[in-house]
Amino acid sequence: MTLEVQVVSPERILWSGEAEMVTARTVEGGDISFLTGHAPFVGAMEICKVTVRPDAGADLLIAVHGGFVEVSNNQVSILSDVAETAEMIDVERAQEARRRASEAVKQAADDAEAGAALRRAEVRLEVAGVAVT
Amino acid sequence: MAGGQERVLRRRIKSVQSTKKITKAMELIAASRIAKAQERVQAARPYAERITEVIRNLAAAGAGGDSPLLQQREQVDSVAYVVVSADRGLAGGYNSTVIRLAERALLADREAGRTTHLITVGKKAYGYFRFRGYEIAASFTGFSENPTYEDARQVAGFVAERFDSGEYHEVKLAYTQFLSMGSQTARLSNYMPLDAEQITEGSAQGAKADYEFEPSPSEILVRLLPRYAEARLFAALLDAAASEQAARQRAMKSATENAQDMIVRLSRVMNRARQDSITTEIMEIVGGAEALRQANNDSEDLLLDEVFRSDPFTHSEFHVSTTHHHHDSKSSGEHA
Repeated sequence: MTLEVQVVSPERILWSGEAEMVTARTVEGGDISFLTGHAPFVGAMEICKVTVRPDAGADLLIAVHGGFVEVSNNQVSILSDVAETAEMIDVERAQEARRRASEAVKQAADDAEAGAALRRAEVRLEVAGVAVT
Repeated sequence: MAGGQERVLRRRIKSVQSTKKITKAMELIAASRIAKAQERVQAARPYAERITEVIRNLAAAGAGGDSPLLQQREQVDSVAYVVVSADRGLAGGYNSTVIRLAERALLADREAGRTTHLITVGKKAYGYFRFRGYEIAASFTGFSENPTYEDARQVAGFVAERFDSGEYHEVKLAYTQFLSMGSQTARLSNYMPLDAEQITEGSAQGAKADYEFEPSPSEILVRLLPRYAEARLFAALLDAAASEQAARQRAMKSATENAQDMIVRLSRVMNRARQDSITTEIMEIVGGAEALRQANNDSEDLLLDEVFRSDPFTHSEFHVSTTHHHHDSKSSGEHA
């Protein structure tokens, strides 16, 4: 038995396939992993990295900018406005965004928007496999 | 004169022909875009379905209805209309149907003493309402044929913000629903407040599983409902885009057919005019030759002319001259 995973954006199904394990991060709940036979679950996700571990081969990393995860009957649906795999990410742009956002955060630490932008850029770079310094 | 008419007709046929080429091309383009637009409608469906299902599960788990997007007003004094039209015309009655539907409802609301607000999507709705002096709260243009989720989010965000603040008590959405290639209908639906009952419709069998929630169901719901509102608006935009192409394809198809009919009709008139002008020309040539001949007094005349000119003429002259000047008349007869 494996999990059927679908990553769904409002415009289309971005990715679908089978996996042994899926890891995401929920709001307030922290990281959570799903294996086959997981109890039905609905969660709101943070801006985070979703890891999809297939039966064999390397993990698939997806940068998710908020959204929801629903698990039932060994089906995992990840609903997100913005979900990107490594090859969809423009590293230079993400680095530039991170630089700008971190400056904004320095100027106003309570700027929630800038904080989210920084987090998005960091998740993007992490998924793209670029070291975050 | 007749030749001039022919020239005018020929020019017209040529212009109708080039119009026909354009409408035909537009028809083909629209036809290919319908398929693409339909695909996009299909592709967007899983997200909307999942999100609806999650809301059902949340409702079944007793998620509170205290989200601002669910708040029904007891008295509605202010209604906003989101009118989804196209950026371009040349689509038959597509734009005017949906615009009029919205205008009628809006005027009825005004009659009932409510304040109304207008949010237009597409240049056509904007142009129509601005020309008639309606106040337009916001106008979104440039994406009617190819709406992205980001576009939907902007429109939904604008409306939701004002709904939350209490400026709008109700929001209605006028768009064209794509039923099939041959059938699209303009529809006016209630957009906000979101209808919890409509969302959870059929949740009797949906409440089968005991879900775990993280964070609490109510908190998830508060986060989810704005996304749901965006997804609904996005679905409406995609439907409208597919309908626009279908309407354009139909309009261009009948325009092409009309152009063809017109070419046939004009060609017929032109051929008749050409034949007329040829006939007239022949008549003119014959008449002209006749006139020339008479003016030149050509010696090689037809027998008939000979008969007419010399015989009776000389005869009568001879007759007259016999009485008075015998000599003169004889000489003139020889001349002829």
